[in-house]
Amino acid sequence: MVGLQILIDGFAISSLYALGAMGFTLIFGVSGVLNLSHGGIMAIAAVIGWLAAGDLGLGTYLGTLVGVVAGLVAAYVTYFMVILPIQRSRAIPRDETEIFILTGTLLWGIMIQVGLAWLFTDNPVTMRPLIDGVTYIAGVRTPKNEIMIAVICWVVIGLLWLLVNRTPAGKRLLAASINPRGLTLLGFDLSRIYLFVWAIYGVLAGVAGVLLASFLGVSSASAGQLTASAFSIVVLGGLGSVSGSLIAAYVVGYLETITAYLIAPTLRPIPALLLLVLVVYVRPQGILGRR
Amino acid sequence: MKTLLRSPALYIAIAVVIVAALLPLWVSAYLLGILTVAYYFGVFSMAWDLLFGFAGEVNFGPTFLIGLGAYTAAILDNEFGPPIVVCIMAGAAVAVLGGLALAVPALRLSGPYFGLVTLVAVLLLQNAIVIFAHWTGGEIGMTVPDVLSIDTNENYWYALAFLVVCAILLFGLSRSAVGLILQASGQDRIEAQALGFNVTKHKIAAFCISALFSGVAGAMLIFYMGTASVDTVIDISIGVQVIIAAVLGGRRTILGAALGSIFLILATEFLRPLGQLNTFVVSAVALAVILFFPDGLLGYVLRAGERE
Repeated sequence: MVGLQILIDGFAISSLYALGAMGFTLIFGVSGVLNLSHGGIMAIAAVIGWLAAGDLGLGTYLGTLVGVVAGLVAAYVTYFMVILPIQRSRAIPRDETEIFILTGTLLWGIMIQVGLAWLFTDNPVTMRPLIDGVTYIAGVRTPKNEIMIAVICWVVIGLLWLLVNRTPAGKRLLAASINPRGLTLLGFDLSRIYLFVWAIYGVLAGVAGVLLASFLGVSSASAGQLTASAFSIVVLGGLGSVSGSLIAAYVVGYLETITAYLIAPTLRPIPALLLLVLVVYVRPQGILGRR
Repeated sequence: MKTLLRSPALYIAIAVVIVAALLPLWVSAYLLGILTVAYYFGVFSMAWDLLFGFAGEVNFGPTFLIGLGAYTAAILDNEFGPPIVVCIMAGAAVAVLGGLALAVPALRLSGPYFGLVTLVAVLLLQNAIVIFAHWTGGEIGMTVPDVLSIDTNENYWYALAFLVVCAILLFGLSRSAVGLILQASGQDRIEAQALGFNVTKHKIAAFCISALFSGVAGAMLIFYMGTASVDTVIDISIGVQVIIAAVLGGRRTILGAALGSIFLILATEFLRPLGQLNTFVVSAVALAVILFFPDGLLGYVLRAGERE
């Protein structure tokens, strides 16, 4: 009984983790950017979605849409205000761009977090469930919303897979992640590909943020925690590897759920952190990473 | 030595230290309290700069080392109550062990991977403190029975003297042969090895030194404040503050890191009337500095001097 409960709950939370980490790994794979304001962008989507759904009276579905658009806008603002100036700056040596992007996005993440708390609220916001009611799966009481969230996550992940593997634009993304110089030599404009990947990223982070708000609730203060968990899932799976992140999300999600149910809810994050340290020591490139 | 004695920077530095030492004569106790904390943060940032600016290691967890030093000293003081010096030395020793634990992965991993390990180290320490709440006071924190001094001025002078001593030691180290070798191995490890330098030994040394200073500063900070809590010495936001201060002041300058810390803490304090927004403004200023003056404040001044 508890086993089944873990299986179902773990599946929903893992799907959300997967969706949250997907954009993070995609951006790194294609453009080499580790965006530490990731959690902030998710929080923007969640708070704006909640605001639109509640205070503006747009209802849950339109609110969700507004939240996703907010995530997209936030991603573009991050790209144009923080990432591009650092990449274009002539005062920053090439080999130090990475640390500047890390510090810059970190600061930007803090600004988002404090700005959200000041403009709107620092209480956790919870969206109304997308669908009400509960159902029984093999005797386990499960909110329908939980099933809905897992389904949406997988639909979005499926669409992403189709986009990357089956469309010309997606194939350009893939090529950019493998050899950007080769792509430039073939006459493709890298900056347009980057614009495209940031759009995908914004939508992914937006959907993940809004769904998280509807499942567990999101507060501006949790932005840092969200970034940290996306970062660790992505490293566990292998930086830049989308399927690796998918596997890692389930490993982390289930590990946390099992700990919470069988040992103690307070110890929830610890086994996953220990596993992460172990993996990084033994196999630094992660489960499916390239070196 | 001769060039050092002739350089105007030395006399400016001496003048600044003298002015800082005389501040208690006319500055309010409130401001002195803030400066005292800022000086300890200056040491945190300088220790971080040695590791990042010189050894090239992206350490996202300066608070892992600081927290180890602080909590070791606090627990020891609470349980057995030896003299403060013994507590601080014990804190420093444990912090150095923590530095060694970080040095092992640093030798194998690079860039973001090592950064993540340090981040995870902080999270694990934070969790450990909550789990062993019996000794550590958990999320609430613990009070420390002994304090350095109850006099504001004395506390201020302790902090200032500590900052100056650390600054001289770390700055001297960064300008010595060891500092140059560290810088070389941070920039191009293979070439430094090819030139016959023992990169591994130097990096381990850099971690131990950085940990030593972080640990002592962390322990002294809690003996100044009289409490140790996750929010004041371990939380990731504290680590972020240390890193921002070092980048703001100028990487690879050591002294810039201290100036950056003092500026950052004073700015946060003066913007307090803005309420919650002060963190926003300070982060925005720091972001602007990174975008427009990537060498940091001191780095920019030094570059400008070179250009002339």
